[in-house]
Amino acid sequence: MSTMAGPAKGRKAPSAGARQERRLGWLLCAPAVLVMTAVTAYPIGYAVYLSLQRYDLRFPARAEFVGLSNYGSVLSSPFWWDAFWVTLFLTVVSVAIELVLGMGLALVMHRTLFARGTVRTAVLVPYGIVTVVAAFSWQYAWTPELGYLADLLPSGDAPLTEQWPALWLIILAEVWKTTPFMALLLLAGLALVPEETLKAAMVDGATPWQRFTKVMLPLMKPAILVALLFRTLDAFRIFDNIYVLTSGAHGTGSLSILGYDNLFTALNLGIGSAISVLIFICVGIIAFTFVKLFGAAAPGAEVKR
Amino acid sequence: MAAAGKTHATRWGVVNVVVVLYALFPVWWIAALSFKDPGTLTDGNYIPRDWTFENYRGIFATSEFTRALINSIGIALIATVIAVILGTMAAYAVARLRFPGKQVLIGMSLLIAMFPPISLVSPLFEIERIIGIFDTWPGLIIPYMTFSLPLAIYTLSAFFREIPWDLEKAAKVDGATPAQAFRLVIVPLAAPGVFTTAILVFIFCWNDFLFAISLTSTESARTVPAAIAFFTGSSQFQQPTGSIAAAAVVITVPIIIFVLLFQRRIVAGLTSGAVKG
Repeated sequence: MSTMAGPAKGRKAPSAGARQERRLGWLLCAPAVLVMTAVTAYPIGYAVYLSLQRYDLRFPARAEFVGLSNYGSVLSSPFWWDAFWVTLFLTVVSVAIELVLGMGLALVMHRTLFARGTVRTAVLVPYGIVTVVAAFSWQYAWTPELGYLADLLPSGDAPLTEQWPALWLIILAEVWKTTPFMALLLLAGLALVPEETLKAAMVDGATPWQRFTKVMLPLMKPAILVALLFRTLDAFRIFDNIYVLTSGAHGTGSLSILGYDNLFTALNLGIGSAISVLIFICVGIIAFTFVKLFGAAAPGAEVKR
Repeated sequence: MAAAGKTHATRWGVVNVVVVLYALFPVWWIAALSFKDPGTLTDGNYIPRDWTFENYRGIFATSEFTRALINSIGIALIATVIAVILGTMAAYAVARLRFPGKQVLIGMSLLIAMFPPISLVSPLFEIERIIGIFDTWPGLIIPYMTFSLPLAIYTLSAFFREIPWDLEKAAKVDGATPAQAFRLVIVPLAAPGVFTTAILVFIFCWNDFLFAISLTSTESARTVPAAIAFFTGSSQFQQPTGSIAAAAVVITVPIIIFVLLFQRRIVAGLTSGAVKG
């Protein structure tokens, strides 16, 4: 036993103190690890199992193992692909807008000469507000006869009942709600840009735009990548805004809406679970791409100390 | 020079006003709706012409809303307390102790932070029905505390890294065990960070919609965001707009209070956990 357990060169058996420290470390982490495993790892395994069954809650007695056929039905269905492209479109466009707006907002929060506290407080409101509440506000704003914004449109226009206008309004709601979060993540990155470096660039005659693109952006790259990664994954699971604004009607349903409808409207646990698992795989692919392609460092992953 | 400074200030003033308007406009709109009577509900005015509390009286008269409000507060508070306790323990270990498997914990919480909740809805729905916690408080508390754990662990470990090591060492020199050093020295120092984390976790739980509509079926555990999505008018010919707006304002009030009182802390919590990590 002890011959096998001697991995590192010349590392002594851990001292009593180190052993105690290690035990305490495990002890303190154990509850969190147990909870996270029990509530996510086990159910996702169960979702895989369910997705291999024909399981309609209306006819539970007829449940049986059907292999991958649920995946076949989902992936060959136009509903899946429509929802997939809608989700992708919403994700890419809203995250792109959020990045630009969020950067502007972060600069304002960082640089503004006065009322910094007021600005930060105001910006935290969209972050903190319940998404459903904001979504209802937008929905009423865009409903003809009810809303101030719909009144600006030619009468008879009901933007939430047409695919493209509705998609843009969903993006608007999403951008409003999440730009502050993006801005706060970028603000943390801005704090890492040393003031002296900017001054030096100014002395060297760099224009404000050059200072932004040549000095600030490169230094902020890690923060930007983390913010993008988090917001992309978050946007990809968009549900609340769509549920309230359009219920996914008129070709605005995202993948999460599709999964929800299959589970709770069609009551088809087999198909619904297959969709769940496929969304999980999509998210995995996005995360993997970010980390591999752009080298996004996961926050907390590697800490220099 | 003074003139240049003045235009500079004016420009920032304009920018600030734009930002504040941007942030508050939808909130103002739903608040205005909630104070309108049914007659002027559709007038599209930014300011109610006839102020009325009728909508608020209406929602507080029904158990549909009051019950949901109690559920929301209770479930979010309990989930917050548990998540913060578990998160504090894990974050202390991450920030302070050396032990194998730390990276596994960090990687795992990262995975969960990215997890699409919809993927868990179908298995949790089935599991909760089997073990009998579907449509109960624990049925929501469990997913909430799990999904907020990564947030708690990141934010807390970022705060914990800022705490002066030396005090802990001094305590150990004085004969305290690591556990005592944790309890007597670090906990009081960490309290502000723990409090900030609790606010962030609470906001997270308070906000949830997907689990709330999926894992409940009656009033007994349905939280306010889910309940207002199912609101019906007080008569079948009436749109529930006024009630929804009033309920929306009620659940926005705590958020506004947090933000007003703890703006500095919340910003610090969100930014420290995110990048320094």
